[in-house]
Amino acid sequence: MSDYNFAYLDEQTKRMIRRAILKGLAVPGYQVPFASREMPMPYGWGTGGVQVSAATLTPEDRLKVIDQGADDTTNAVSIRKFFERTAGVATTEMTQDATVIQTRHRIPEAELTEDQILVYQVPIPEPLRFLEPRETETRKMHSLQEYGLMHVKLYEDISQHGAISTAYAYPVRVAERYVMDPSPIPKFDNPKMEMAAIQLFGAGREQRIYAVPPYTRVVSLDFEDYPFEATKADHACDLCGAEDSYLDEVIMDDAGTRMFVCSDTDYCRSRREAAA
Amino acid sequence: MSPLLRVAGIEKRYGARIGCTDVSFDLYPGEVMGIVGESGSGKSTLLNCLAGHLAPDAGQVIFDTRHMGPVDTVTMSEPERRMLSRTDWAFVHQHARDGLRMSVSAGGNIGERLMAVGDRHYGRIRAAALDWLDRVEIDGARIDDRPSAFSGGMQQRLQIARNLVTGPRLVFMDEPTGGLDVSVQARLLDLLRGLVRRMGLSAIIVTHDLAVVRLLADRLMVMKDGRVVESGLTDQVLDDPQHGYTQLLVSSVLQV
Repeated sequence: MSDYNFAYLDEQTKRMIRRAILKGLAVPGYQVPFASREMPMPYGWGTGGVQVSAATLTPEDRLKVIDQGADDTTNAVSIRKFFERTAGVATTEMTQDATVIQTRHRIPEAELTEDQILVYQVPIPEPLRFLEPRETETRKMHSLQEYGLMHVKLYEDISQHGAISTAYAYPVRVAERYVMDPSPIPKFDNPKMEMAAIQLFGAGREQRIYAVPPYTRVVSLDFEDYPFEATKADHACDLCGAEDSYLDEVIMDDAGTRMFVCSDTDYCRSRREAAA
Repeated sequence: MSPLLRVAGIEKRYGARIGCTDVSFDLYPGEVMGIVGESGSGKSTLLNCLAGHLAPDAGQVIFDTRHMGPVDTVTMSEPERRMLSRTDWAFVHQHARDGLRMSVSAGGNIGERLMAVGDRHYGRIRAAALDWLDRVEIDGARIDDRPSAFSGGMQQRLQIARNLVTGPRLVFMDEPTGGLDVSVQARLLDLLRGLVRRMGLSAIIVTHDLAVVRLLADRLMVMKDGRVVESGLTDQVLDDPQHGYTQLLVSSVLQV
């Protein structure tokens, strides 16, 4: 344990990241550049989220890490172990017990509270990236609020599929100013982003941090005649029977049998325990 | 009637070299101005200065805006200029790929300007796109095809539709018929002439093709080495060229 500085990063680096986080909170949805460090994991595995978590953690914190809602998948297990080893903080799988939750691609089903921080892992922070490849141009579009192009993408969805088919990383407008990529969470989770907890987004490879302060207005973009819809599989969880949670579809055998289960493992387990 | 665009003493230098210098003219509503000259004569530089793509080193470009009256677009703030360039102005590039989003469907290309000025109704945007495809003689069934599946002439017509959908008052065109074969050129010119007349557009057309200005332009400016050497009514300049260079230009046109 003493071989590492608390939470792996050195104090100067953590200060630098905290400054970026504070700026991000002051300007909700704005992508703050930061000097992302090399982390002992490959890009795409949550290097940004890990750095934000490292800068946020205190020795008293209790950490929860989820990957697609699950506590027991490779990415979640490795990152949890990483902080157990380098920070010595307590960890948990219970959403309501955690003070810092690092997540990849989901928001927990249980409602978060004011004393919690949700840290997202972000692969590509720029919502306009696939429409406009030039960084100079996308920055200008953000600064001048030229967001018409974002709707071109939604238009293309409707013209090709008859409905807005973007199902994850669904663009939102934060505090009526910046258009933001909510990281690849399913659009089912978009309405939850107006929450009591602090939301921090870290993109390690792209070297950007952005944030949504508590109780900030987060609006999913849409058309007047094609309003935003938070969709999920039309099914109940086959394990706990929940009808209000986001479901994973699991293929059971070669004959195509499938079952639907909650993607949030903690939510599913606690419901089953309560029922038992 | 007050001019729509008043250009005074525009100069652009590339280091010691002159891009264009001392260009002044007035453009009235509904008027089409042609700028001709050989390659390197500064006509594209001039057009880019007028359209706000390049910052001129000297001079004024005063545009009669809808809400604020005549404003110098050179000194106006960038957000205002960018707003102008997607509402009251249009720019038709020589190569359609420069003016189109090649990975977005034809309908999306036309709708982009509408969405950029705040239209958020899919049905209305779609209807406008269909209407404009029809106006530029592209089959409405191609609305969901990407421009990469279009021929060169269709791409150019799509670019025009995409530009005119917000009802601009001033259109800048840089060699709109360049690189197209003659029959496609003729059809495009016919279309442009119809649109300009019907919508009462003002236009500035840069070209090296004298036939294009003969068909479209009311007035003509001849440029050489960054300067305007002759200007006047199109027929007058082409039929009775005064300057030596203009005479050379007119006599260089191949007769069939």
